[in-house]
Amino acid sequence: MHELSIALSIVEMAEEEARRRDVQINAVHLRLGALSGVVKEALLFSYDLACEGTRLEGSHLVIDEVPTVVYCPVCESERQLDSIQQFCCSVCDTPTPHVMQGRELEVVALEIQQ
Amino acid sequence: MSTEPRLVEVRQKVLKQNDLLARSLRKRFREAGVYVVSLVSSPGSGKTTFLEKTLTLLRERYRVAALVGDLATENDAARLARSQAPVRQITTGTICHLDAEMVERALEGWELRELDLLFIENVGNMVCPSSYDLGEDLRVVFMSVTEGEDKPLKYPTIFNTSDVAVITKIDIAEAVEFDSQAASRSIQAVRPGMQVFEASAKTGEGIEEFLQFLESRRNSASRDFTGEPIAQCRV
Repeated sequence: MHELSIALSIVEMAEEEARRRDVQINAVHLRLGALSGVVKEALLFSYDLACEGTRLEGSHLVIDEVPTVVYCPVCESERQLDSIQQFCCSVCDTPTPHVMQGRELEVVALEIQQ
Repeated sequence: MSTEPRLVEVRQKVLKQNDLLARSLRKRFREAGVYVVSLVSSPGSGKTTFLEKTLTLLRERYRVAALVGDLATENDAARLARSQAPVRQITTGTICHLDAEMVERALEGWELRELDLLFIENVGNMVCPSSYDLGEDLRVVFMSVTEGEDKPLKYPTIFNTSDVAVITKIDIAEAVEFDSQAASRSIQAVRPGMQVFEASAKTGEGIEEFLQFLESRRNSASRDFTGEPIAQCRV
């Protein structure tokens, strides 16, 4: 359970932006990859705790879940994985370790109010 | 008077600080010519025993050292110190993983140039360590024969972010009816092409193959560091 420390980092980052821009932040938008090692529900729960007593208190965390995409060397195409239990091309079944997308753990936008 | 809310784009990696620090550690390791291997697994997979054996054997031909993470005790460092290699404990308190800052702090005062190989044993945890780059060259994931052949399917991220797998306690495989092929299938499903070693730190079975692999990885990395091969040590 490292979601609390992740949540604290998110809040710290957002607070800095809020201070810098002198605005109120209503929501933080996050892209979360299926391979990031972070659990969405645990992060949402931790976010509220992390916000307590900060200028982010009362704000929401909006999570955009990013599916895993691999590169298939046979099809020469990027393919979305059906399951992270099976790293293979969803069309031709060729196993592939080449992850193109799915490790994201990034704040992409802030909903602000002056 | 407050205005309408609006969305501003920011784009910032949450673990940016850790990633930056890991990158600077990696640079320091390269400059010092030390090859860094991290070890991840669930608690009880036998990675401390495996590491103790590894340090003991490698010490005969390389300058080795280890950092070992644990929530509360210093027991693991005491065990690893029996190998006579320099060992430091990182006690994380309630934190379930190591991060680059903890590694950097633990290295204070160590002359990295005097090392050939550094091992970093993470806290026993199959989830959280996968998110944190420690600046290592190689991440090794361990699972023991008692953990179930489908362990990789339950924890795909840690296997996927590792470079090589070691199946430990292979000396009791028969007694616990371990199905090696099923385990291999699970590993290949979540990390196609991953090299897998089977070993027993107790009997020594499979350890030499793993050490040879480490040496070859280290030597090819050293060639990359310096542009010329280092002297091949006798196995």
